[in-house]
Amino acid sequence: MQKTIKLTISVFIFFILLVFYLSLNKVSNYDTENLVGNKLNQIKLESLEGINYITNKNLKKNSYTLINFWASWCAPCRVEHPFLMELSEIKNLKILGVNFKDKKDNALNFLDSLGNPYHYLAKDIKGKQSVNFGIYGIPESILIDKDFIVIKKFVGPLNFEDLNEIKKIVSSL
Amino acid sequence: MRTKIIFTFLLINFYSYVASNETINENKIYKNLRCLVCQGQSISDSNSDFAVTLKLVVNDLIEKGKSEEEIYNFLSDKYGDWILYKPKFNLENLALWFLPYFVLFLGGLIILYIIRKKVKKT
Repeated sequence: MQKTIKLTISVFIFFILLVFYLSLNKVSNYDTENLVGNKLNQIKLESLEGINYITNKNLKKNSYTLINFWASWCAPCRVEHPFLMELSEIKNLKILGVNFKDKKDNALNFLDSLGNPYHYLAKDIKGKQSVNFGIYGIPESILIDKDFIVIKKFVGPLNFEDLNEIKKIVSSL
Repeated sequence: MRTKIIFTFLLINFYSYVASNETINENKIYKNLRCLVCQGQSISDSNSDFAVTLKLVVNDLIEKGKSEEEIYNFLSDKYGDWILYKPKFNLENLALWFLPYFVLFLGGLIILYIIRKKVKKT
C-alpha cells in the first residue's frame, strides 16, 4: 500500500511539473490561429455612403478578398496604406475597406490625400460589426477566398513581408 | 390557514427562483469575458474601446433573446476560448475540471491511510 501511495504521489508530482512546464512555455496571448479555416458566413456591412449594403453576394465573384479595417484617426493605418495601394493593383484580389469608428468626412479626406486602394468601402460606426470578424483593434486585415474561408489574418499594420505573403497566396491560383 | 400561508410563500419563492434563472444578468457575462487588449481584466472592469464594443454586442445579443451559453459560443467562435474566463466543459479541458476533485480524493485516501496506520500502532 505504501509503495502504491509513493508511486501515485510521484506520478502526480511529475504530472504537475509537466503541466507547469507546458503552461509556462505556451503563449497565452490572443492569437488568430483558430480563425484560419473558418467561414465568414453572414457578411453584411453598410457602405460608407450609407446607400446600400455589402454582402457575401458582392464578394462571391472575387477569387480573393482582403477585408481591411481602418480609420483616419489610426496612425498605423497610414503606415500600411502604401502596401494596400500596391495590393489594389493585383488582378485576383479585391479589397474591402471597413471604416472603423470614424467620421465619413475624415475618412474621405484620408482617401483623397493618400489614395483609395479599396474596391468596396463600408463603415462600422459603433464597431459592433467588427466583432463578427474577430477584430479587437485596428488596423487588422483578413484574407478570404471565394468561398469566404479565412486564409490568413493580419493583426496590426501590413508590412513588406505580409505584402509578399499575400502576393504569393493570391498568385498561387 | 397556516398551510395556505406556507404554500403561498413557497409558490412565490419558486416563481422568483424561476424568474431569476430566466433573466440574463449582463454583468455576469461581462465578468466572464476577457478584455483582450487589457492586462488581466474582464470587460466588466475595463473602459477600453474593445471592452465597450463587446458590451454593446453582448447587450444586442441579449435583446435578440440569445442565452448566456449562445453568447459565449458566438464570442469564442470569433476570438477563441481565450476570451472566456471560465473554461468550457469539453474533452480538451477535462483535466482542468476534474483534477481538483481527483486531488481531493487522493488527499482523502492518503489521510485515511495515515489515520489507519496510526490506529493500528496504538
